[in-house]
Amino acid sequence: MTLGPLTRTLLNDRGSQILMVSVLAMTVLIPLCNLAFPEGSALHVSTYMVTLLGKYLCYALLALAVDLIWGYCGILSLGHGAFFALGGYAMGMYLMRQIGDRGVYGDPVLPDFMVFLNWQELPWFWYGFDNFAFAALMIMLVPGVLAFLFGWLAFRSRVTGVYLSIITQALTYALLLAFFRNDMGFGGNNGLTDFKDILGFNIQADGTRAVLFVLSGVALMAGFLICKAIVQSKLGRVLIAVRDSESRTRFLGYRVEHFKLFVFVVSAVLAGIAGALYVPQVGIINPGEFSPVNSIEIIIWVAVGGRGTLYGAVVGALVVNFAKTYFTGAFPELWLFLLGGLFVISTLYLPKGLVGIIGQVRNRLAARSATAQTLKTSE
Amino acid sequence: MQIKHIDQNAILYLNGVSVSFDGFKALNSLSLFLEPGELRAIIGPNGAGKTTMMDVITGKTKPDQGDVIYNGTVDLTRFDEAAIANMGIGRKFQKPTVIESLTVFENLEMALAGGRGVFASLFHRLKADQRQRIEEILLLVDLQDRVGHLAGSLSHGQKQWLEIGMLLIQKPGVLLIDEPAAGMTDIETEKTAVLFKRLAKDHTLVVVEHDMDFIKALACKVTVLHEGSVLAEGSLEQVQNNEKVIEVYLGR
Ligand SMILES: Nc1ncnc2c1ncn2[C@@H]1O[C@H](COP(=O)(O)OP(=O)(O)OP(=O)(O)O)[C@@H](O)[C@H]1O
Ligand SMILES: [Mg+2]
Repeated sequence: MTLGPLTRTLLNDRGSQILMVSVLAMTVLIPLCNLAFPEGSALHVSTYMVTLLGKYLCYALLALAVDLIWGYCGILSLGHGAFFALGGYAMGMYLMRQIGDRGVYGDPVLPDFMVFLNWQELPWFWYGFDNFAFAALMIMLVPGVLAFLFGWLAFRSRVTGVYLSIITQALTYALLLAFFRNDMGFGGNNGLTDFKDILGFNIQADGTRAVLFVLSGVALMAGFLICKAIVQSKLGRVLIAVRDSESRTRFLGYRVEHFKLFVFVVSAVLAGIAGALYVPQVGIINPGEFSPVNSIEIIIWVAVGGRGTLYGAVVGALVVNFAKTYFTGAFPELWLFLLGGLFVISTLYLPKGLVGIIGQVRNRLAARSATAQTLKTSE
Repeated sequence: MQIKHIDQNAILYLNGVSVSFDGFKALNSLSLFLEPGELRAIIGPNGAGKTTMMDVITGKTKPDQGDVIYNGTVDLTRFDEAAIANMGIGRKFQKPTVIESLTVFENLEMALAGGRGVFASLFHRLKADQRQRIEEILLLVDLQDRVGHLAGSLSHGQKQWLEIGMLLIQKPGVLLIDEPAAGMTDIETEKTAVLFKRLAKDHTLVVVEHDMDFIKALACKVTVLHEGSVLAEGSLEQVQNNEKVIEVYLGR
């Protein structure tokens, strides 16, 4: 079976194995419980829940993308929300064109907001988005190319540390301001919404929701395997070397900026895919997604889960977002304090995050049983 | 030109190199001539410009004036660190820098010659002869029973040795070594001197060191740097008896 070499090389640690099995189980069971069991049954999962969890899976993929660059290569991007949002906008543009003449104004080509702005024809950058394959390409290409250009400039001029973090914030903030403008042609303040269907399927239907959920789960697993393949290769060790000692790596003859650029682009593409899967599930994309705070939140997910393990990022994204959903419902005014507190606690006391605690407990238990063993044998 | 004439048998030739930081001359028209297979010790008081000299050779610092000619033809001042490293000039930093969260084996694997590109690294598979080369180096620097340990867990002296091993595995033509004996025990220092003498047959070694016992053990030509230029050159005995050197070291 292909599973043999896969587990040997890619899923060679317990954390990754548990994560893959859990995500796989979620991907299969949740849509099944939604569709196969009637409402009122104890095993039924509501469509609301499916959508909510689907959203979390997209966040988890985004967290994975950030852990790849931050956890392994030390690039603290505080602007990764921008790549997520760009992927989301590319998907949103496709969904807008799918509406066709069913919009409020009934224009067969122009989305409602363009008719409202009295535009006569479709701007050139909207061409092709009626084609799903083209949109799918753009979902990866737009974040990828932006990351390439940005990274090429930043890494070549050896911008690192806090300075790099600041310019990534500036990047997402600049995009936020740009996308707010009506004349940019992306729906301004309101963004893109009122989607009707995707590839001809009603976007509100339970079946479509279930499929989107499955796709999010599959994307998360695929993204995990890709990241894992990267970090397990020698390239992954070069990334760690860059994180630990950038100049040593340079003197060993590695072009550090090429390695940074490579993971930065891979990471941006993964973030774009996460954004594209997110938009049809939440039904809207607006400039708020570019907000610098969103990007900082991703860092918190990764820090809380445990950076530099990949599976920790996924755990962090899921745990923090569950907490967020609960607390913003129960005590909305407390949430931001809680989030900030969580970040402070995890950086001060949990350098390896939640998954680190599990590791520590296991080590302690192992040490205890080992001493018990030696005591027994020495008797 | 003059360079062409002089460099016939120089592996590394620094010609009138000057570097200044905010008006302060760290190197002042420094000239140095190294033969292939030579072992050379560089001494000099703190701030003499020893580390800066290595920075210039390895491309970290660009000189304001002068050239650095490698193998008689290549002007190193026009290349960056990675390019110079790949030409066969290895460098050991003053502070030991190994990759702490990788194992001893992985550190050596990273240093192994070849495959420095992004995609070459992504698809890299360790071949049998490469593995053997790593084993050889492990033996040479006496770290064979530490292979699987994280480099961060090594003692200070062992880190120095690992770093030297990482340079050696690249089969460099020139090795620049900044204060190798710092933080080593006496036995480690002795072993290091023996190793360097053995290495000098196939490599050109430039060793910066403050430890005079170590320099003595190397038994090689010594260059004394002071205020960014060469003050004296010769055997250890010769430079120790040099008036100017005595004045710089003791006269203050
Ligand atoms: N990047 C820099 N910016 C400003 N000044 C510098 C820089 N690098 C070195 N210097 C100065 O240049 C002089 C030479 O420094 P260098 O490190 O080469 O000395 P050294 O001979 O290696 O001394 P030590 O024995 O202490 O290692 C020192 O006065 C140092 O302060
Ligand atoms: Mg120095």
